[in-house]
Amino acid sequence: MNTMQSLTDRKKVVSKKEMTFMEKLYLPAIIGGMWITFKHLFRKNNTVKYPEETREFAPVYRGQHVLKRDEEGRENCTACGLCAVACPAEAITMVAAERVKGEENLYREEKYAEKYEINMLRCIFCGLCEEACPKEAIFLTDRIVPSNFERDEFVYGKDRLVEQLNDRIDITKRQHTGKRSKI
Amino acid sequence: METSELIEKLVLIVVLFAVTLGIAAYATYFERKVAAWFQDRIGPDRAGPFGILQPLADGGKLFFKEDFVPEAAEKWLFILGPGIAMFTALMTGSVIPWSTNLTLFGQDIALQVADVNIGILFIMGFLSIGVYGIMIGGWASNNKYSLFSAVRASSQMISYELAMGICVIVVVMMTGSLGLREIVDAQHGMNWNVFYQPVAFVVFFICALAETNRAPFDLPECESELIGGYHTEYGSMKMGFYLFAEYVSLFISSAVISTLFFGGYNFPGMDNFEGNTLAILGVVAMFTKTFIFVFIFMWIRWTLPRFRFDQLMHLGWKSLIPISLINLLITGLVIAFNEGWFK
Repeated sequence: MNTMQSLTDRKKVVSKKEMTFMEKLYLPAIIGGMWITFKHLFRKNNTVKYPEETREFAPVYRGQHVLKRDEEGRENCTACGLCAVACPAEAITMVAAERVKGEENLYREEKYAEKYEINMLRCIFCGLCEEACPKEAIFLTDRIVPSNFERDEFVYGKDRLVEQLNDRIDITKRQHTGKRSKI
Repeated sequence: METSELIEKLVLIVVLFAVTLGIAAYATYFERKVAAWFQDRIGPDRAGPFGILQPLADGGKLFFKEDFVPEAAEKWLFILGPGIAMFTALMTGSVIPWSTNLTLFGQDIALQVADVNIGILFIMGFLSIGVYGIMIGGWASNNKYSLFSAVRASSQMISYELAMGICVIVVVMMTGSLGLREIVDAQHGMNWNVFYQPVAFVVFFICALAETNRAPFDLPECESELIGGYHTEYGSMKMGFYLFAEYVSLFISSAVISTLFFGGYNFPGMDNFEGNTLAILGVVAMFTKTFIFVFIFMWIRWTLPRFRFDQLMHLGWKSLIPISLINLLITGLVIAFNEGWFK
């Protein structure tokens, strides 16, 4: 006979034995159950009072995207299109443009994204764009994409994706998830 | 009837009415809090400090909901149902003695709206009429779930009222009176009936759970099978009346249990006090006992799973009624022996 090894130690053999008199009374079992719930009266609650307190996200949390700038404040993105190719939901579109003289402080390399859009309704927040990016330009952050009544409001352009110079987005948690060893 | 007596009774009625409704309202809040504590949660805490305004918010919400009558419903009976449920639940409080007499303005005021000499029969009678509210509401809704619920409620009431009545008879036999005032006075000090009749108390308590449609006997309104049962079709304050009536009867049942078995307003060491002090301490004792039972009712609700309907019937007819009958027989024999019948 084939005896399969049990995967857990919680295996129980079903028994159909007659209940004893004490078991038929039910009262001992009821009192036992009431004792268990009574002990919970003094247990600490696990509630996080949401709007006032928020729970910290796990480092692997994937929320709203950010387009990073380097230390000098130049956009990292070179509009290579690898993120758009990698995207399984086809949520990313972009238009590339050539950097002209005088824009060296804005864009790091000669080519940049003139237009960069992510449709947050299509996006499945898988993080493949982040993995595909050779320039460390796009990251998923622990910010939540807010809800909206209008569908077209969910197409985020560069105005909402590129980080502001005076308001840098911290992505160190994403860098230390094991996928990337260096920036 | 003198004018002063009329005023006294009117004030007493209004106070009792307000107190019963207030306690019922806060029982809903307390129920949610107790449920939360048992489940390691916080419970309502947004309306006011610690959420104590929650009942007002709930009541206000129910008033502003659309008050509709389904097209296929029997209109007048549909409206009558919640009214009967609420009316009968409130009426039972009138014969319960809340404390000894209070002396105010040179008047001896009995803290009991009506000292009828058949008090406990009055309560049993009104409890039985209470099921009409559920039956009429469930039938008039013209909804199969409501009808099922009404049928369940009535058969459950009939099955458990028998055992309940027999337990009451045992208490009446020991006291020799049907009046609640006499029953309480016979349990002076610590001389409570529960010490003489523990079996009757347990059976009565189980029956009280069933009579008030509380878990584990909440089959008439079980959400998982009947979508709320008899109040499926109700909305607005009509539904509020049904929910409210349940909490009023929860409070009254607790009061009746403490009156019949836990000495009502009696407390150990009551002979050291007299007059108004005794009356006020009596009220405190009575309400403490009642609230302990309200808590136990809630504790049971958030611990035990619901019975299956055949289990409910088996328990009622095959266990509780024989147990209470044997208890009745033994009590009768003991009383007869004490009276010297066998000499």
